[in-house]
Amino acid sequence: MESLIAVLVGVLFAAGTYCLMRRSIVKLVIGVVLISQGANLLVFTTGGLLAGRPALVPPDGVAPPAPFGDPLPQAMVLTAIVIGFGLTAFLLALVTRAHEAVGDDDINAFNNTDT
Amino acid sequence: MNEYSLLLTLLLPLVGAVCLLLGHRSLALQRAGGIVFSSVTFALSLYLVYVVDQAEFVVIQVGDWQAPFGISLVADRFSAIMVAVSSFMGAAVALYALAEIDEARLKKFFFPLYLILLFGVNGAFLTGDLFNLYVWFEIMLIASFVLISMGGEKGELEGGLKYVCLNLLSSVMFLAGAGIIYGKTGTLNMADLAHNLSVAEDVNWVISSSMLLLVSFGLKAGIFPFFFWLPASYHTPPSAVSAVFAGLLTKVGVYALFRSYTLMFVPIFPEVQPLILVLAILTMVTGVFGAASHFDMRRILSFHIVSQIGYMILGLAFMTPLALAAAIFYLVHHIIVKTNLFLVSGVVIRLKGSCDLAKVGGLCRSAPWLAFLFFIPAFSLGGIPPLSGFWAKFALVKSGIEIESWWSVAAALLVGVLTLYSMTKIWGEAFWKQQPEGVGAGPLPNPVGRLSYMVAPIAVLAISTVAIGLFGEPLFNYAERAAAQLLSPHEYISAVLQPNTEVLP
Repeated sequence: MESLIAVLVGVLFAAGTYCLMRRSIVKLVIGVVLISQGANLLVFTTGGLLAGRPALVPPDGVAPPAPFGDPLPQAMVLTAIVIGFGLTAFLLALVTRAHEAVGDDDINAFNNTDT
Repeated sequence: MNEYSLLLTLLLPLVGAVCLLLGHRSLALQRAGGIVFSSVTFALSLYLVYVVDQAEFVVIQVGDWQAPFGISLVADRFSAIMVAVSSFMGAAVALYALAEIDEARLKKFFFPLYLILLFGVNGAFLTGDLFNLYVWFEIMLIASFVLISMGGEKGELEGGLKYVCLNLLSSVMFLAGAGIIYGKTGTLNMADLAHNLSVAEDVNWVISSSMLLLVSFGLKAGIFPFFFWLPASYHTPPSAVSAVFAGLLTKVGVYALFRSYTLMFVPIFPEVQPLILVLAILTMVTGVFGAASHFDMRRILSFHIVSQIGYMILGLAFMTPLALAAAIFYLVHHIIVKTNLFLVSGVVIRLKGSCDLAKVGGLCRSAPWLAFLFFIPAFSLGGIPPLSGFWAKFALVKSGIEIESWWSVAAALLVGVLTLYSMTKIWGEAFWKQQPEGVGAGPLPNPVGRLSYMVAPIAVLAISTVAIGLFGEPLFNYAERAAAQLLSPHEYISAVLQPNTEVLP
């Protein structure tokens, strides 16, 4: 299971990078989203994917044998997803405004502030 | 009692932001609140520096969850001085903003966002937890994203887009690096991480994730080859915003690099040192050449941020007590001077309608006081004695000579000369030559506030530059003590991980 997700993380990073290299600003947004999802999945997997291994056991319950599930990566991913969601919404709004101001969705038109 | 000074310093900007959001109808309240909250934060941060210097470490375990399970807030001498300097800039630029930030921006919550930016910056300096550092970075970034693009003009949106995309990418790298480190070590507390790595038999497996963090922090700090977003975006927003960005945001990246390579990644530092050294030299050189090729005051200054970051990273790469002390001194000096130069460029724009060097001139005759106030930070940046920049460069070069790293010493001296060239270029074009005929735009038609609000912070920052230059010894001694702390990470580790906490299996 981990190796499958590892491949998926790789695919997400590769697809995101590919989209970032394209010249359309919409694909820029898609690329950023794909890469950040890849990172989320990566963090999620680092805790180890263990089925049926509860992290919390009620006081009167029976503790399962090790290894235990780790809830922390999921909490971290949850935080990262929420942050990523907000930032993506902002990025979309910014791209829309920038597209209106520049009047082109080609990245090469965005060269007025360049060095 | 010590804990309260840390908590208050950290939380006051947040309290301020909430208060200003509640009172968003009154613009006078926004202005007054912005100044009051940032100045009180500065006063508290000075107290924090005093407390930390006495007590060595101030540690708070948030929610009373003992480290390494909870989040620790840690102030050592290095982070305390960073908080103090950034709060100083916060207060100075808040005053400056009175004269530059127009009503439209105030109505779009300029000051609440500004305070949240300071909140995020201070939090990043004070946290002792890797994932928490990520969250502080995000707080800081969200505020800065809005601040850089809130004007809605074409240049701002364009520069903002570049800034946002590259910084999002850096956050992703950070998240991936932190996740992998957690997967390998099972902890995110920096002290616990450092402890685990220092007792581990083989540490080479952490190099990959430390490189992810190096790229991420390097992107934020603007080191070579990740700096391209910086000169493409920092010259677009109002000068108050670019001044506070120039002073603070890249330094947070530098701080994070220092923190990770003097604490967590100490065991692998010998392997990474050549890389950091090369990156530092290339950062200095490319930054200064980029500046030499430009003819717009704010673009020149943006490139100089990059080249000066190289000096600080160079101090990290040397990793001797003197070099680290020099780098800390350099950080303090650079934050003050660079913020000040951006503030001066804002006054030039106000007086002449532009800061393109081809369109302005004659300021030495029409505004001699401004020429004087530019002269001090500019030549401090170039490293002319007895201003603060001279001592910073002197200490750094001396430490380079001590470890016989001739290439980096040569690069540092060359870059110093070229910095001086850029500063003389601005001096000669904007201040010394006659106003060119027929191209000047004239003063800005509707200035927002009185000019004295702009001049006062510039004068205060210029005076502190001179004061650091003339009476810099206490500050340098403090920097040496901070460097000594950085070089003995076991003190940090034992201060955070209380000895009686047993890690349960």
